Amino acid sequence: MNHHTEPLYLYPIWIRIWHMTNALLCLILIITGLSIQFSNPETVVKFNAAVSAHNVAGIILTISYAAFFIGNLFTPNGASYVIPVKGFLIRLKKQFIYYTVGIFQRKDPPFPVTEESKFNPLQQVTYVVLMYGFVPFVILSGWGLLYPEITVNSFIGFSGLDLTDLLHITAGFSISIIMCVHVYFCTIGKKPLSNFKSMINGYHESH
Amino acid sequence: MIYKANIRPAWVVLVLLMLFTLAFTLVKTSDSSPSKTVQPEQEKPTKIDLTKFKNAAENENCLKCHGQSKYTYENPESKKTVTKRMYTELVLDRNVFYISNHREFKCTDCHSEEYGTFPHAGNLRMEAKANCIDCHGGDEKYAKFKFEQIESEFQASVHSEKHSEDFTCWMCHNAHTYKINARTNENLKETITYDNLICLNCHGDVKNYQLLTNKTKPNILQKHEWLPNQASHFTNVRCIECHAKNEDTLVVAHHVVSKSQAVRKCESCHSKNSILYASLYKYKVSEKIQKEGIIMGLLTGDATSIGPDKSNTLNIISLVIFGFTILVIIIHAVFRVKKLN
Repeated sequence: MNHHTEPLYLYPIWIRIWHMTNALLCLILIITGLSIQFSNPETVVKFNAAVSAHNVAGIILTISYAAFFIGNLFTPNGASYVIPVKGFLIRLKKQFIYYTVGIFQRKDPPFPVTEESKFNPLQQVTYVVLMYGFVPFVILSGWGLLYPEITVNSFIGFSGLDLTDLLHITAGFSISIIMCVHVYFCTIGKKPLSNFKSMINGYHESH
Repeated sequence: MIYKANIRPAWVVLVLLMLFTLAFTLVKTSDSSPSKTVQPEQEKPTKIDLTKFKNAAENENCLKCHGQSKYTYENPESKKTVTKRMYTELVLDRNVFYISNHREFKCTDCHSEEYGTFPHAGNLRMEAKANCIDCHGGDEKYAKFKFEQIESEFQASVHSEKHSEDFTCWMCHNAHTYKINARTNENLKETITYDNLICLNCHGDVKNYQLLTNKTKPNILQKHEWLPNQASHFTNVRCIECHAKNEDTLVVAHHVVSKSQAVRKCESCHSKNSILYASLYKYKVSEKIQKEGIIMGLLTGDATSIGPDKSNTLNIISLVIFGFTILVIIIHAVFRVKKLN
């Protein structure tokens, strides 16, 4: 295994700024989203305040996602999201076994972080599904709810707005779950807080 | 040949986004039905088969003059045939009357028999109009419509309070054209429009508004400027949801309150115990769910309101998924801590 003793400069400043913004926005969106979904006159965040905050955060998220999207179209960072098809399932299985068995036997991670590949196979598939599936979907459906008149009135018998609402909530919920798991997996580093530091200073510390 | 997948997902999403935009534009353009062209006003011929109604022949004695915008009579002095315009208020469209709830009645059931002579005697103009409770009060057949409750709610309303007896049932419900709607119409949007047009008949038309007051009519759009997505609210919510006291029943709220008592808090509707679910929406949603099951009933209904969660099943499912995720994380973390020490 290729061990790095020197910290690796992996996260350029634009990635870190984007990641920070994204994290903050997601937190705001989850909290306000929950208070809209389960609103009642006694909630801490009042419905109209929650709606306004959710709308503003959603609009900023759209801009921040556009930055991420364009960045990954044209900078080397985008290469991390390309999944090599050949042998992918085998590598995925390897990583899964590491997280469920190997990690408890103090084995080395099967895909250590290098400059060329900063994501392990499991991260890759999650991040692609999240960033190119759920996030664009939640943004689009969010705009559909922000301007109800642009949403199609009915879709194969379903009320367009209700369907958009349900899918938006489902996507938002899925993102929240992924975020919980993401935060926990970040504690799997050299030290529990190493990965959090990396996203601040840009340097990755290897196991 | 080895297949190398080296296309960045962002490009794939970009292409998909463009396809989505294209599909969306196509659906949207086919979705928006062409706006109805306004026909120049012309008398509509009667489309209704009048032989089906036992009193129709007798009613024709009245409707031959009152059934359209002009009437003809022979002047006994000059022996000439005279054609005159009928006052708009005195015209009754057969197409509307014969689909209304009172279609089986004959004119003289409510109006004086003396109308049989022409010209009508002047004192007939003073004839009192019957109100709903006059016929429907205490009638067991109509018990489920609770006319007595409607009457007492109406007496307590701002309409009765401010205008006393000048404000009668007729202000909103014309007995000649009234047709039951909320209970029978499956299209929620139509019911909403129907009910809101009743209010707008005066609150949207200064000529009718000033029949009862000399005040200038408030501009409804301006008064509701604070309401986000105003157009959406106006087409999806009935005025009376916020401007009347709703009981937990389908009985249409007649206790219209003054503007200071109107609902202004978003949470009153957008919450779990939303006032919207007290009457019309509750009735419609429960009807749909009974017919089509919980998921389809909720999805295919028109009763959309963002926020309040309508499905407890989905809540439970999401809670289970969330709980399971947290549990797995805790177990994993505990084992990691144990093994690492």
